[in-house]
Amino acid sequence: MKFRGKIIDIACLNHFTRVVTTISKLTKMCVLRLTPDNLFFVLSGKVANGGVSMWCELSQANFFDEYQMEGVSSEDNEICLEVTPENLSRALKTVQNAKAVKVKLTKKHCPCLTIAAELEMRCVWGYIHLQSALRTRIQPQPTLSSVSRVVTHDVPVDVIPRRLWHEFKEPSMPDFDVSIYLPPLKTMKNIVDRMKNLSNFLVIEANLNGEMNLKIETDLVSVTTHFRDLGNPPWGDDASQDGGPSQSRDPESMVEARVDIRRLQQFLVGQQVNPSKAMCNIVHQSVLHLILLHEDMSLQYFIPAVA
Amino acid sequence: MHCIVTGGNVKVLAKAVHSLSRIGDELYVEPQEDGLALRSVNSSRSAYACFLFAPLFFSRYSITSGDNFRCKMAIKSVQSVFRSLTTLEKTVEKCHIDLDKQKDRLTFTLHCKHGLLKTHNLSFQDSESLQAVFDKDSYANVFRAQPRLLVDTVVHFPPSLDEVTVSVSDERMWVRNHVEEEAEASKAMLTELCLASDEFDHFAAQAHNSVTFCLKELRGLLVFAESTGLPVSMYLDEPGSPVVLSVTDSVLEGNFVLATLSDDPSLRKNSSKGAHTAAPPPPDDFMNDDMDSYLIAMDTSIAPGPSNTGPPPPSLSGDTRSKRPAAVSHKARILIEEAEEEETDDLDRLPNKKFRSLFFGSVLPPSSQLSTQPMTSQEVLASDSEEEN
Repeated sequence: MKFRGKIIDIACLNHFTRVVTTISKLTKMCVLRLTPDNLFFVLSGKVANGGVSMWCELSQANFFDEYQMEGVSSEDNEICLEVTPENLSRALKTVQNAKAVKVKLTKKHCPCLTIAAELEMRCVWGYIHLQSALRTRIQPQPTLSSVSRVVTHDVPVDVIPRRLWHEFKEPSMPDFDVSIYLPPLKTMKNIVDRMKNLSNFLVIEANLNGEMNLKIETDLVSVTTHFRDLGNPPWGDDASQDGGPSQSRDPESMVEARVDIRRLQQFLVGQQVNPSKAMCNIVHQSVLHLILLHEDMSLQYFIPAVA
Repeated sequence: MHCIVTGGNVKVLAKAVHSLSRIGDELYVEPQEDGLALRSVNSSRSAYACFLFAPLFFSRYSITSGDNFRCKMAIKSVQSVFRSLTTLEKTVEKCHIDLDKQKDRLTFTLHCKHGLLKTHNLSFQDSESLQAVFDKDSYANVFRAQPRLLVDTVVHFPPSLDEVTVSVSDERMWVRNHVEEEAEASKAMLTELCLASDEFDHFAAQAHNSVTFCLKELRGLLVFAESTGLPVSMYLDEPGSPVVLSVTDSVLEGNFVLATLSDDPSLRKNSSKGAHTAAPPPPDDFMNDDMDSYLIAMDTSIAPGPSNTGPPPPSLSGDTRSKRPAAVSHKARILIEEAEEEETDDLDRLPNKKFRSLFFGSVLPPSSQLSTQPMTSQEVLASDSEEEN
């Protein structure tokens, strides 16, 4: 099992760091799947994390200038690692101005993802101050010496055995009732932040007419925020999986999912960049499926509905 | 005591106070002949810092000579005097520091623009003298670097990181985070970086040592050094011996002394027994053998050091007269001189005064501070010509 990747372009390094940071805000631990063409950050829905699951897909060519891997075997040419994304994020954040960053799978005291960065040339300037008698004439004599320094971060990982790989497969698109574009994430985040103070659960409802409501209800108060003209993504023939529920649905009727507000907030807080497309699919009273599409990566997040 | 700080020096004083606050909760103030000393130590006595401001730093510096005044106060109160550095820079013209013995108060008066006067009366407590014993000249490895280099190094480590290990060879210095063996070694992230000798202003590594110390306390010094642009000197010796970092200028000297992990297994054994065994003799540099003179009396409120340094050190509350070993737990303690205020015995007073002049660096370049010859008189560098009482 071997993995070796190199990032030279600063913009790519920046994007990669942002992706990893976003993931680190969503979950403490996740699985990193490496295939010849892609990287996946996967979180499988378990009771421990509230049934939430995540699937993030990156095309390696968009980030790495060099990428070589050898999977577990030739039929299963893939590597599956359990990693703490926050460690990766922290390591990457400190090397943003590196000339080159190498990511390697190594075995130190345990299997590690080693991030080795060659930091940019440093310049050291020395100044020569003339004696106090000539204090008015301080002549800087710059002495330029350039050095490059190597920093290594060893992030411990756990190798996931092949027999468990089935838990980390790409989730299938749920048979949703409504699909709708999300309002600007920042706006949503502000609203959800305020609502979190009032209630632990939030109801998100939407219809095929581009209308979405975020509702909370307690004994004392109920608050609803209405969004209009959001637009519905044209899933076309994809939608008609079971006799086209969306076709026959009344565009005005709302479907809803009641979710734990903290999960939704966690998702919104982690987003650092505005995605090209942001949408959600709702399966009535079952699951909320959030999809973010960026230029170079896609992120799907599933929040189960609670009664 | 009466001194006046003017102009940009007010900000420097403020920064020194802020960086001392990163070490401990109390500020020890001691006006001396050779300047005003501000010191702090952490509760586990594993970090000590001292700033000495020469009389020249002040536009006026007068102390009642012969008066062994020293006090300590909550550092937070002093910080609140110098709270906002940008405001200080813009509005404060002068700062007067006056001692009111009757009321046990130290008064800080900030003379600001437009005739505004801000007076802070801070009460203090009498305190024991606080001094760490160290001899920079005896250290095997000496380095000096621009603060930028160290700041750039430290940035790679998370702010929460406790301990860092520095290893040196002839041409290089490695800095990596330290992970306790017993802890989850498999889960901890390891970071390492390597500095070449030519990145330093001065690099003299005579012994290839590797020391581990606490990074958190160091950051306070780096903030100070970076803002004043002073190069930082680093003195390293073998594990167990504290690492000293200092910044020097013509009018001030700051020393941060941090204890290092000692990997001597015999010391570890000692600590588990309670450290009442015979101590390794302290450096043979004291003028007299009087046990009372070099007390390493600790505060009654002993708190164990960072959680991963093994068994907590034994409490030393009662017996202040017994000699304590230099390394109490497997994290070596800094040898700290503390003379009890209650000792009115003149005989005891005298050697302490001498210790002060012996062990505390004045603004003179570090001459042999631990000479066995009595220092007859210290050369006065900058006499306060205004006040010769």
